[in-house]
Amino acid sequence: MKEAFRNAIILDPEKNKHYIGDIIIEKNRILDIGPNVYKNEKPKNYINTTDCKGLYVCPGLIDMRVSLGEPGEEHKENIKSGSKAALAGGVTTIVCLPNTNPVIDNVSVAEYVQNRAKEESKINLYTYGSITKNFDGQNLSEMGLLTKAGVKGFTDATQSVDNSAVFKRALEYSKAFDALIIQFPEDRNLAKHGVMNEGEISTRLGLPGIPTLAEVMVIERDLRLVELTGAKYHVSCISTADAVDAIRKAKQKGLKITCDTSPQYFTLNELAIDDYKTFAKLSPPLRSVKDRVAIANGLKDGTIDAIQSDHCPQDEDNKRVPFAHAEEGIIGLETLLPLSLELFHNKTLSLIDVIKKLTKNPASILNLNHGTLKKGAKADILIFDPNKPFVIDVKKFRSTSKNSPFNKKPSQGKVIKTICNGEVSYAA
Amino acid sequence: MKALKISKNILLKNHLLSVNDLAVPEINVLLNRANYYANANRQKGKIEKILKGKTIINLFFETSTRTKTSFELAAKRLGADVISINASASAIKKGETLVDTAMTLNAMHADILIVRHPDSGAVKLLSKKVNCAIVNAGDGTHEHPTQALLDVLTIQRNKRKIKELNVAICGDILHSRVARSNILLLSKLGARIKIIAPPTLIPPGIESLGVEVFYEMEKGLVDCDIVMMLRLQTERMKGMFVPSTREYFKFFGLDKSKLKKAKKDALIMHPGPMNRGIEIDSSLADNLDRSLIHQQVEIGVAVRMACLEMLTIGIDK
Repeated sequence: MKEAFRNAIILDPEKNKHYIGDIIIEKNRILDIGPNVYKNEKPKNYINTTDCKGLYVCPGLIDMRVSLGEPGEEHKENIKSGSKAALAGGVTTIVCLPNTNPVIDNVSVAEYVQNRAKEESKINLYTYGSITKNFDGQNLSEMGLLTKAGVKGFTDATQSVDNSAVFKRALEYSKAFDALIIQFPEDRNLAKHGVMNEGEISTRLGLPGIPTLAEVMVIERDLRLVELTGAKYHVSCISTADAVDAIRKAKQKGLKITCDTSPQYFTLNELAIDDYKTFAKLSPPLRSVKDRVAIANGLKDGTIDAIQSDHCPQDEDNKRVPFAHAEEGIIGLETLLPLSLELFHNKTLSLIDVIKKLTKNPASILNLNHGTLKKGAKADILIFDPNKPFVIDVKKFRSTSKNSPFNKKPSQGKVIKTICNGEVSYAA
Repeated sequence: MKALKISKNILLKNHLLSVNDLAVPEINVLLNRANYYANANRQKGKIEKILKGKTIINLFFETSTRTKTSFELAAKRLGADVISINASASAIKKGETLVDTAMTLNAMHADILIVRHPDSGAVKLLSKKVNCAIVNAGDGTHEHPTQALLDVLTIQRNKRKIKELNVAICGDILHSRVARSNILLLSKLGARIKIIAPPTLIPPGIESLGVEVFYEMEKGLVDCDIVMMLRLQTERMKGMFVPSTREYFKFFGLDKSKLKKAKKDALIMHPGPMNRGIEIDSSLADNLDRSLIHQQVEIGVAVRMACLEMLTIGIDK
């Protein structure tokens, strides 16, 4: 049986264009897509035909940086609630950080998470493995075995590998398996004890700061090592102007590297902390206005390849404490689309470019068979209205945790339907 | 004298958390009132017990001698019932969260909570969770507004003005809430502020608060009317900021020869507790012609009386 979505404005990130057309789905695959591919031969062949006039269709979003709390912190989020949140946000593929408890540094934990995902949800869920065992920064994880078990890259999640020798070895070793190394760039010693961006605001609030330097210094060191080893390297969560500059220059030099950022770094700056609002405590910290603008420009000129949500659920007990003691992070799955669309609405990016950074680009960075509307591809499809205004309301979120500084923010762009593996898994 | 009349509306405040919450006219009313109490305190027995029947709780999560005593005395002189809680002996050690502790005390219907806490912003957090008035008696490295008010009144009583005075604040600025509150308050009132410290103890972006920064004491002290010394807060330091106290005293400790660079009638202040021989030479600290250190303590009680009175007016409304 087939299902048809007709007359939609199809955003095809691969062909880099949009057109009005139809999508025919059969089982979990895209049977056909294009202008007028819906033929009215026998309506009974179709279980369902939906007229999508005025609505936009693109591949289901890929969120390449998600923490789900399972195993280990299920009271903050688990695979079931996290997947629901993702689908409600138009995300059909998530790649989870290995910062679980225990850490995903061996095959059994990786497989456990994959199996739990199959039990709990239809969503496409992948994980990364850690670069070093238990994030110890010293001993490499079993990259070969983990790659065979299907992890999509290696990262020490929320800390960088500080030891240059260890990181060099990780880059070298990863080449044997064509594995991607993802760095979270923050010099541990410079960032130590810091709880927000260092500068005038941290001085006024009397909070210890993290200098922007802590980010770019790690990146600049890494670039040397990447040049030397030729390994596949990706920088996650860019937040500073200096980092954008460093990566831009490296790309101009011909280095094949990629990077990403999250909506918080192009929509907010450190002033969001206001009177010690712990919901605005992030890692990396929210930066200055200048940095925020540089991130937007980095997205515009293609220096920054992808946008991820850095979904990081925290319960109230970890946020309702003095700022220095609060856990970092915000939930992002359900705000990823509208916040990213701000780049379209404020004319930083075209709509198709926003969608590319949420679909095709992360798919190509991680070598995933998702984020495409090709004939025969898995039917992961997002139907949305980029202009629909609404007010973000955390109470309606599917996430178990509600830590979002965007609550009550007027926003634009709503998910209408999320189709994951051929099934409508969310409908507004 | 009766309780405040003319200024009732101006002084209506729920909390005293930051110098930023006070406008210049409010500061002046407060200082005038504190000045009245400073004089009245010297003639015991003449103070109206305007806080009779009010309950005030001193909640100190950090050790303190002078601030806690000063607040306690201020409350008692105005007739309030005061309880002082030493956090080391309280439920905090048993794992209760800050907010829960505050809610517990709130349920006991205190009128004013006076809070000191080692974390910046902790007092602000409390103020959002309780419905009594809160006084910030020092939060982390953020602010200590009553100290700044008492410093300003002490200067005013000795120099007859604040405007256009040159005030040097020297020492561990990075870890000092006293420095932050003083910079905010003194610049509001028109003083010129110089910061003197080794670069490792100067918080980034401090110039944006309108101060001039010096690394050399002899240069920074030139033309100063007031020299405010700060304690080297080793207990807050995470890592090494100065190589040794010996070297620190040599370059950043106040002694007679460095003081000569300031104006002839320059006065010395220190919020206490002092580290003699580290940031200040003993003989200078004890020189009653130059040192305002004991006056600061005396004025402190008066300023806190005025602050408590101000907040009580808020409660009664």
